[in-house]
Amino acid sequence: MKKMAGVTIIKPLHGWLPINIGELWDYRQLLFFLIWRDIKVRYKQTVLGVAWAIIQPIFMMVIFSLFFGRFVDVPSEGLPYPLFSYAGLLPWMLFTEGVSRSTNSMISDANLIKKVYFPRLIMPLAGIMSPLIDFLFSFLVFLGLMFCFGFMPTFRIFLLVGFLGLALAAALAVGLWFSALNVQYRDVRYLLPFLIQFWFFASPVVYSTASLPKSWQLFYSLNPMVGVIEGFRWALLGTEPPNMSVFASIAIVALVLVSGIFYFRRMEKNFADII
Amino acid sequence: MIRVESLGKLYRIGPRKIHTTLRDTIAINFDNFTQRRYKKSHNLEGADAEHIWALKDVSFEVKKGEVVGIIGRNGAGKSTLLKILSRITPPTEGYVHLYGRVGSLLEVGTGFQSELTGRENIYLNGIFLGMKKSEIGRKFDEIVAFSEIERFIDTPIKHYSSGMYVRLAFAVAAHLEPEILIVDEVLAVGDTAFQKKCLERVEAMAKEGRTVLLVSHNMASILQLSSNVMLLDRGRVVKFGEKRSVVSAYLSNNNVVTGEAELDDSNARGKAKFTKIYVRDEAGEASKDIAYENPFYIVVEYEVRAKVDRLFVGLMVSNIENVAVFHTDAYDMTDGRYGIQGEIGHHRASVRIPGALLSPGKYYVSEIGLWSPDFIHHHLLTGSLMSFEITSSHIKPSGSLVLRPKWEWFSE
Repeated sequence: MKKMAGVTIIKPLHGWLPINIGELWDYRQLLFFLIWRDIKVRYKQTVLGVAWAIIQPIFMMVIFSLFFGRFVDVPSEGLPYPLFSYAGLLPWMLFTEGVSRSTNSMISDANLIKKVYFPRLIMPLAGIMSPLIDFLFSFLVFLGLMFCFGFMPTFRIFLLVGFLGLALAAALAVGLWFSALNVQYRDVRYLLPFLIQFWFFASPVVYSTASLPKSWQLFYSLNPMVGVIEGFRWALLGTEPPNMSVFASIAIVALVLVSGIFYFRRMEKNFADII
Repeated sequence: MIRVESLGKLYRIGPRKIHTTLRDTIAINFDNFTQRRYKKSHNLEGADAEHIWALKDVSFEVKKGEVVGIIGRNGAGKSTLLKILSRITPPTEGYVHLYGRVGSLLEVGTGFQSELTGRENIYLNGIFLGMKKSEIGRKFDEIVAFSEIERFIDTPIKHYSSGMYVRLAFAVAAHLEPEILIVDEVLAVGDTAFQKKCLERVEAMAKEGRTVLLVSHNMASILQLSSNVMLLDRGRVVKFGEKRSVVSAYLSNNNVVTGEAELDDSNARGKAKFTKIYVRDEAGEASKDIAYENPFYIVVEYEVRAKVDRLFVGLMVSNIENVAVFHTDAYDMTDGRYGIQGEIGHHRASVRIPGALLSPGKYYVSEIGLWSPDFIHHHLLTGSLMSFEITSSHIKPSGSLVLRPKWEWFSE
C-alpha cells in the first residue's frame, strides 16, 4: 500500500517489506496516545498509585543489599551496595518492562488490530516507551539516594542519554521479535518470564562484571545489557568506564533490531487474520 | 472515488488452528511441504478443502458522493471486503484504488478503555479512528452534545449503561469526516430515537458529497441511505445496481431464512437475548407458508441471563418493499399477566396473528425487541430476521397491497 497524491493503493503484499518512516511519522499522535493510555490505566484503582513505580525498585534494592551486599558480601567495585545495585536496576527494569509490554502489546490490543488500520510497529514502540515514566520516577529516587550517600553527579550524567537509548533499542529489538512471534505462537507468553529471569542472572545487576573469570568476559559481553548497565554505573557513579563491550552491545542490538523490524514487517500484514 | 479490480482473498480454514503452538507448526509445515509438492505436481493449487475464497473476482466502481449499500448473507464476504478496503488485511489478488482520505468504522467504541472517563475515551477513540488531536478538540463539544451524556463525561465509562456506552461511541464516530467512509453494521445500536439520529447523520454526510460504503442487514436503512446496492454471495458480486431491485432480489431469493431462524444474538450485552424465531400454524406445526384464511403464531425464543422483574417483547413485520406492516408487543397480553417470563432460563413468547388479514405475499420480521418498562434494560435486533409467506389459491397477490382483511359489509 502506498500513498500518492491522495490515492491509497491496496494490493497484495508479498515477502520482505522495508520500514515506512513517513507513515510512522503520520501516526505519531497515535503513538503518543497509546503511551498516555498505558500510563493512565496502569495505576487506576490502586491505592498507592504512581508510588508503585518507585516501591518496586526500592524493595528490590533493599532485598539485594541485604542478601548480596550484607550476607553474601558480593564485591561492588568499592561502592555502597544499595547504590551499586540500584544503578543496575534502573536500566534493567526499564528493559524488562519494555520487553514484556511490547511483547504483549499485540495480544492485549487484539481488538484494535482487527478493527482499525495503523502501522503495527506503533504497538511495540509504545510498549517500550511507556515504562519511561516509571523510569523517570525511580531515577529521581536514585538521585536522592546519591545525595544521601554523598555522591555528586558529574558531567558524565549527560552520557546517560546514550545508554538509555541503547537500553530502549535493546528492548525494542527483543520486543519486535517476540511481539510478532506472540501473535502466532502463544508459547512466547510462557517463555518470556523464564527468559527474563535467566537474562537477569546473565547481566551485572547484582554483581560486578569484574568478578567474572576473564575467559568468560568476551562471551559475556554478547549480552547487550552488560554494556548498558556498566555504562549506567560509569555515567552515574564513576566506576570503571565500559570497555569495548559497549561496541559489541551496539552491534548486537543493531543486528537484532534490524532483523526484528524486517521479521515484524513480514508478519504484520497477517496479524489481523491470525491474532 | 473507489475502484476495485478483480479483488480476491484466500483464507485458510484447514488444520492450522488460530492459536498455533510451535509444535503444531513444525508438524503442519512438514505436512504442507509434502502436500504442496503433491499439489504442484497435480496442478491443484488454490482453493481446496483447506482454503476458501472469502472474496473472488470482485470488481466495481463507486463514484464520489455515492452511497453504496452492501448486503448478503452471513459469510458472503461483506466484512472481508470492508477489512481489505480499511487496509486491515491485504488482498490475495487484485487491487483497490481509493481516491481521498479514508475513514472506516468497523465497530463502535474501538479501543474504549473502561477505566478511563468519557472525555478521555473520546480522544482515544477519535485517534484510533484516524482523527487528529486538534480535530477532536475542535469537535469535542459537538461530540458530547451528540452523545447526550454531558453529565457523565468525567465518569469512567465502566459505570455507564450499555446505552450510554453506545451513544458515546457513536458520537465520536459520527464526527469522523473522511472523504470516503466505510461502515460495517454499526447503525443498529441504541434505542430507536438514537438510531434515527445516526441514520440522519450518515445521510447528511452523503449530502456533503462524501462517498459511503455501508454494510447492513437492515434493509430499511439500506434503502433509506444508499443510492446503489451491491449483493454479495459466497465471495462474489451477484448484483450491483438500483437499490430496490437488488434488495428485493435478495429478499425473495430465499436469502432470508424462511419459517424458522436461529438468531445470532451474540452481541447482546444486556440481561436477555434472543435465540430463535419461527412461525407455527394453529395446530402447532412449523410452517413457512400460511394459508390466507388461517390464523398463525409468530414465536420468539429468548434466554434470560439475569432475572428481570418485568420484561416485554415486541416485533415488527414488513413486506418485501420494506413497508412496515405492523408492530405488536406484549403490552397486549390477555391472560392477566403484565409482562413475559423474566426468570433466568430459556423461554418462549408468541403472538397470534388472525387469519384473513395480510394480503397474500412475502413478509418478514424486521425487528424484535426485549425491554423492561423503565427501559433500563432494552435490547433490539433488526434486519431481515425471518420471512414467511401468506398463500391463497383464490386471491391473487396484487402489487404492493398490504392488507386484505375480511370485514363485514352491509347493504341497506
